Amino acid sequence: MSFPWANHYTPSHPVMKWMDEKLPLPRLVYNAVGAGYPVPRNLNYMWNFGVLAGFCLMLQIVTGVILAMHYAANAGVAFASTEHIMRDVNWGWMLRYAHANGASAFFVVVYLHIFRGFYFGSYKAPREMIWLLGVVIFLLMMATAFMGYVLPWGQMSFWGAKVITGLFGAIPVVGEPIQQWLLGGFAPDNAALNRFFSLHFLLPFVIAGVVVLHIWALHIPGSSNPTGVEVKSESDTVPFHPYYTAKDGFGLGVFLLIYCAFLFFMPNQLGHPDNYIPANPLSTPAHIVPEWYFWPFYAILRAFTFDIFFIPAKLMGVLAMFAAILVWFFLPWLDNSPVRSGHYRPMFKKFFWFGLIPTMAVLFYCGGAPAEEPYVMLSQIATAYYFLHFLVVLPLVALMEKPKPLPFSITEAVLGSDDEAKLAAKS
Amino acid sequence: MADTTGTADPAMIAGTEGEGIRRRDFINIAAVGAAGVGGIATLVPLISQMAPSKDVLAESSTEVDLSAIQPGQAIKAIFRKQPLFIRNLTAKEIEEANAVDAASLRDPQTLEERTKPGKENWLVTMGVCTHLGCVPLGAAEGEVKGEFGGYFCPCHGSHYDTAARIRKGPAPKNLEVPEYEFTSDTVVKIG
Amino acid sequence: MNRLIASVAVGLFFVLSALAAFVSGAYTAITEPAAETVEHAFHKTPKELHLASDGPFGRFDKQQLQRGFQVYSEVCSACHSLKYVAFRDLEQLGYNEAEVKAIAASKQVPGVDPNTGEANTRPGLPTDYFPSPYPNDIAARAANNNAVPPDLSLMAKARHEGPAYVYSLLTGFTSQPKALLERFPDAKTPEGLHYNPYFANLNLAMAPPLTDGQVTFADGSPNTVDAMSKDLAAFLVWTAEPSLDKRKQTGWPVLGFLLFATVLSYLAYRNIWAEKKAKH
Repeated sequence: MSFPWANHYTPSHPVMKWMDEKLPLPRLVYNAVGAGYPVPRNLNYMWNFGVLAGFCLMLQIVTGVILAMHYAANAGVAFASTEHIMRDVNWGWMLRYAHANGASAFFVVVYLHIFRGFYFGSYKAPREMIWLLGVVIFLLMMATAFMGYVLPWGQMSFWGAKVITGLFGAIPVVGEPIQQWLLGGFAPDNAALNRFFSLHFLLPFVIAGVVVLHIWALHIPGSSNPTGVEVKSESDTVPFHPYYTAKDGFGLGVFLLIYCAFLFFMPNQLGHPDNYIPANPLSTPAHIVPEWYFWPFYAILRAFTFDIFFIPAKLMGVLAMFAAILVWFFLPWLDNSPVRSGHYRPMFKKFFWFGLIPTMAVLFYCGGAPAEEPYVMLSQIATAYYFLHFLVVLPLVALMEKPKPLPFSITEAVLGSDDEAKLAAKS
Repeated sequence: MADTTGTADPAMIAGTEGEGIRRRDFINIAAVGAAGVGGIATLVPLISQMAPSKDVLAESSTEVDLSAIQPGQAIKAIFRKQPLFIRNLTAKEIEEANAVDAASLRDPQTLEERTKPGKENWLVTMGVCTHLGCVPLGAAEGEVKGEFGGYFCPCHGSHYDTAARIRKGPAPKNLEVPEYEFTSDTVVKIG
Repeated sequence: MNRLIASVAVGLFFVLSALAAFVSGAYTAITEPAAETVEHAFHKTPKELHLASDGPFGRFDKQQLQRGFQVYSEVCSACHSLKYVAFRDLEQLGYNEAEVKAIAASKQVPGVDPNTGEANTRPGLPTDYFPSPYPNDIAARAANNNAVPPDLSLMAKARHEGPAYVYSLLTGFTSQPKALLERFPDAKTPEGLHYNPYFANLNLAMAPPLTDGQVTFADGSPNTVDAMSKDLAAFLVWTAEPSLDKRKQTGWPVLGFLLFATVLSYLAYRNIWAEKKAKH
């Protein structure tokens, strides 16, 4: 679907006309991210992160394919081949740092993209499918990132693989066989490393496929916007190109500046020193932590130190960790408020800024901290609020809240008046 | 609402005054140009990473001890991960090689040109057929040496003579003589 | 309404479970407060160390790297390998080809007798990597009081504040403080280990490796334990990341170009939006 006033693709050059008849790929691009896609005119900078996430995916695929040309997925030489890349391959150090920091950049961008969705209600009808596909992408990203971190076969790689596959060991009865099946052995070794490499190579292309669906689903209702008011007329929109290509170009520049500052001047800042020690199955690092982007969920995992009736603490932690992400799937049906944007929802806004955001900050912090007090206690409180927010607060706020009046249209929100609003008021 | 129909051409969106259009146009073109330059610069590491890495380049010279090779014998060594033939020619083989009129050959070269002065009996060549890269026979004891007593490539039937020059068959050139030097009477450094 | 009840029920299950865990944790924390550990009380974070290669503009001091290499070569290499560094890499420290060849030839690396096929050793070539002082971990363990001396190639990246850690550890050997033994009588340094507050568990198998004047530098630089430790730390920064200089040298033009391109793209963006942003 598209808005009736969308620009039509009209090739003028004979070659483009011929192409349009045989394979209308230029037309597809024109309608998807070109002048043929009308977009609300009031998108703020929080709407830059979708395009940036797409950029990060491509960055990771390009650098990853290149690293795979030099990396050897064998427990005996994986660590040495990583060092070979860092020392001997032309520009190898840059490509590896680009990939490692690219993963972090990807997650930064995607977290901002997700939290933009939380605040502006982007998950609400008619955009539920976009949201659901987005959560699928996020889950696939987590799996990909986890398996990628195992590949250098350092201490954190090894123990990360052991601990995360150990989560499946918490499942009653079938847990242990599943864990052994995942690893192809009793502990991470060659079998695990090889399958992780294979899947780490495959999954990004699966992600790319789901991204196509995500964008496809986006083009059915069109982009959301900061007011949450749907597009009513042509004056509410601008064509994606050149308006948002220009804005995204600027956003990409800012992103690359920050990313390259990390890449060239503090490439190990976001990593862990222990991963420069080769994997040693006989010695556990003093303090096992995953990469920073898993910290909130790792904090939730570790928050459950207490058996709940018949559920052992370990299983409870695993359940809660998966539930913490799975609850996002239900978000469109948990938050029933007819108003999308947090701008016009006073109560929701308070819970968002003073509840969810500090909770996430605490979970981030505690997930990276050692499993000691007061971090465990803090993460228990934060975990409690996390579930309270999504499963109790959001449904109740939707019932109780009195939203602020919405602008008549996007145009009115931007310009302060809309001719059509005046007409509507008269009639 | 003509202004909202949009257009792919940024120039159309800029101001209406001639001066303004040109100045604004310039900025848009410069921005796209800068993106292009950045993109092209990024290709440098992406492409050069496939060139031989430092460890591969470092192994590009090999030293071989010749003291155990008797006249008439040859050895195979490895140079840049490829076979290298070193042959101690007999007086008869040298004579055979010199008897040929070099100008009449497909790849005209004399034995002298293919060896070091004073060391004409040491023939150092790559063991890589110049046709399609197979390893010719003739270096090891008991292998077929071809019709000209040098090397014979079984893949497509190229015959090389005792100076490892192509005499018959599809190969276009003589077996390549790599760069090498005698570091002592019995040691050569190749590469 | 059913949906609301279901979500509140599921929500409360997780909320109450987390709170129960909190209460039980808090109760334990109050009734049985975690005992202070000796590591917690006496472990020190590394001392401050400034090297020429620090910071975005820092570059390696090759003279210092050569001195550090000398310290490694004459002292550390007796027990510690440097297996990711090849002799050919030493050219980056300012040695010429002949010097690198001589350094390589002065070390014995594992080889094979070409006639019998038996394992033996031969003088190193520039393409060889630094040899390990022990044939395998078991031998290393046996020779070192059951502790394997770690490979040093990546040491500067494998510890928090790596270079400062190396420097602090080498200069940090001391006798156990009295206060420590008073508070933790059981924590006396075991026989064969050495007290060092910069080591994670305070006692390590390595004896103080350096003594004043142990290594004589050709350039006449000071050879106190402190100076040698700094030189070694600088050298290990290089072994951990030989491309450090190139990385920073590449970084500045890249950032400069990006800044320029970003400003341009901002102007282009304002330009294209000029009319849309204007209020009518």
